[in-house]
Amino acid sequence: MHMADALISPAVGGTLWAATAGLLLHSARNIRDTAQGQLVPMMGVLGAFIFTAQMINFAIPGTGSSGHLGGGLLLAILLGPHAAFLVMASVLTVQALFFADGGLLALGCNIFNLGFLPAFIAYPLVYRIIAQSTSSRASAAAIAAAVVGLQLGALSVVIETQASGITELPFGAFILLMSPIHLAIGVVEGLATAAVVAFVRQARPYAMPELSAQSPAPRFARAIFPGLLLSALLVGGAGSWFASTRPDGLEWSLARASRQQGATGLSSTVHHRLAALQQKTAWWPDYQVRTRATPPEALTVKQAEPWPAVAPGTSIAGLVGGTLTLGLATLIGIVLKPRRTAV
Amino acid sequence: MALGTWVDFGRLDDLGQLDTAAHRIDARAKAFTTLAFIVTVMSFARHEVSALTPYVLYPITLMSLGRIPAGYLFRKVLVAAPFALAIAIFNPCFDRQPAAAIGTFTISGGWLSFASIMVRFALTVSAALVLVACTGMHRLCAGLEWLGLPRVFAMQLLFVHRYLFVIAAEGARMMRSLQLRAASPYRLSLHVYGALVGSLLLRSMDRAGRIYGAMLARGFDGNIRVLNRQAWRWSDAAFAAGWCLFFVVARMWNLADAVGRLLPTGGAS
Repeated sequence: MHMADALISPAVGGTLWAATAGLLLHSARNIRDTAQGQLVPMMGVLGAFIFTAQMINFAIPGTGSSGHLGGGLLLAILLGPHAAFLVMASVLTVQALFFADGGLLALGCNIFNLGFLPAFIAYPLVYRIIAQSTSSRASAAAIAAAVVGLQLGALSVVIETQASGITELPFGAFILLMSPIHLAIGVVEGLATAAVVAFVRQARPYAMPELSAQSPAPRFARAIFPGLLLSALLVGGAGSWFASTRPDGLEWSLARASRQQGATGLSSTVHHRLAALQQKTAWWPDYQVRTRATPPEALTVKQAEPWPAVAPGTSIAGLVGGTLTLGLATLIGIVLKPRRTAV
Repeated sequence: MALGTWVDFGRLDDLGQLDTAAHRIDARAKAFTTLAFIVTVMSFARHEVSALTPYVLYPITLMSLGRIPAGYLFRKVLVAAPFALAIAIFNPCFDRQPAAAIGTFTISGGWLSFASIMVRFALTVSAALVLVACTGMHRLCAGLEWLGLPRVFAMQLLFVHRYLFVIAAEGARMMRSLQLRAASPYRLSLHVYGALVGSLLLRSMDRAGRIYGAMLARGFDGNIRVLNRQAWRWSDAAFAAGWCLFFVVARMWNLADAVGRLLPTGGAS
């Protein structure tokens, strides 16, 4: 579920970067204030553990596929939301830098989707409420929290991509594509988390903070919880229902989309707002976000140079020029490369 | 991710330790320039392809100066491609309006935006990888901290990076011993998975406790001290300013188009 740089606009990437930076500062301050010195190496080593755990797969019975741990929820259970958020942020940063999993511009989105949502939403609002002293309740809590976290994450990916306006996928079709598959992934991830939690509870009960502290879930969480669970079930359930009753759901939305030229009301207004914001904040005067979904009245500036310009001349110039530029850049690279003897 | 990925990971780390012209540029300058590069590339309109091509100069220059093997980088970019491809591949289905023509052959807007997404993807991913390969994690973290990253988080990044191999090796050992005891190729059931990963988790936590003890014994006071902090030089400022100027120029004018028009064939047809 890693977002890629290629799918988001600077406005969306920047917004999520800012949000994540704020959360990062908040979490870092929280960790520093609680002054748990041993938490520093613990967080680092558990980050490395999450990497490794993501490589170990278990077989899903009856299917050929396999599943593994997501990480955010387990970390929140072990370390609390603030430390879990920092660890997930660091894991995602290292993944973006070293494995090109996600990108630098999309890093804010990824930390939000895979760090904030499980640690600050799914853990306090779902896990803490359901999980009590019995182990079966802890397992149920882990599965429910993983499902909620992943559904929210999938929804967030769709909104971020739509707001960026780079993909042509309509909002509805995209949701139908993402929601059911993430429902399945959520259940699998929940099972994995539950299995690990159950083992640790049995082998070393004092390692589980909620067993040693027995602190009740915050009151506001209890109030929000039923609504959150209901909406997650609705989104997931409705998505799967659509997917099953309309096996041609994608094609159906495809046909509708080609008639209506693009995105639904929500995404297009969001996109317009962001586009307007982007246009205001752009450094470059000729900056334009061109969408075919743009209503005519919003096109006043753009009408001067219609797009797409179907002129063979410009296309060929672009093609030849592009190829030439690539060749030139490669040549510069070869020339700049230090000779072996220069070591 | 397979074990091969880890070998690769180690290689990226080794490359970060080299001492070349690209490695000697201040980490802050490189981090800032790379971010400016990515933001500029992503700010283009969604059908743009040719105007993006001049930007390939930045990763290629750093790659050559930093003596990063092109084939290695290319493979890493390729491994990361599936997600962008999976989303971009829908564009040709949704956008079928003709947008460009080469002779009698017309290209739909969807294919143009598909190509645009893939070009952006290759550019941004290679830039990020080249940044790490030319800087190394320690220098990068120090640079990012100077740029405002919270210290706790910078430390966290260094710790994750340091213990990745250690914990991965531990996990690989456990998996190997499990496989050796199994009669046939073994697929983990959920129950065994929970015990295996849970054990790995407990071992990791124990290790963290030992590390903390060792750190305290060596006088750890909450800060990690880095030797030879880089000094900002004029050449670093010139590097950042020069590239940013290039990004802005290439953003305002379609350089590839201009080059194409210089040629008699490109302009005439």
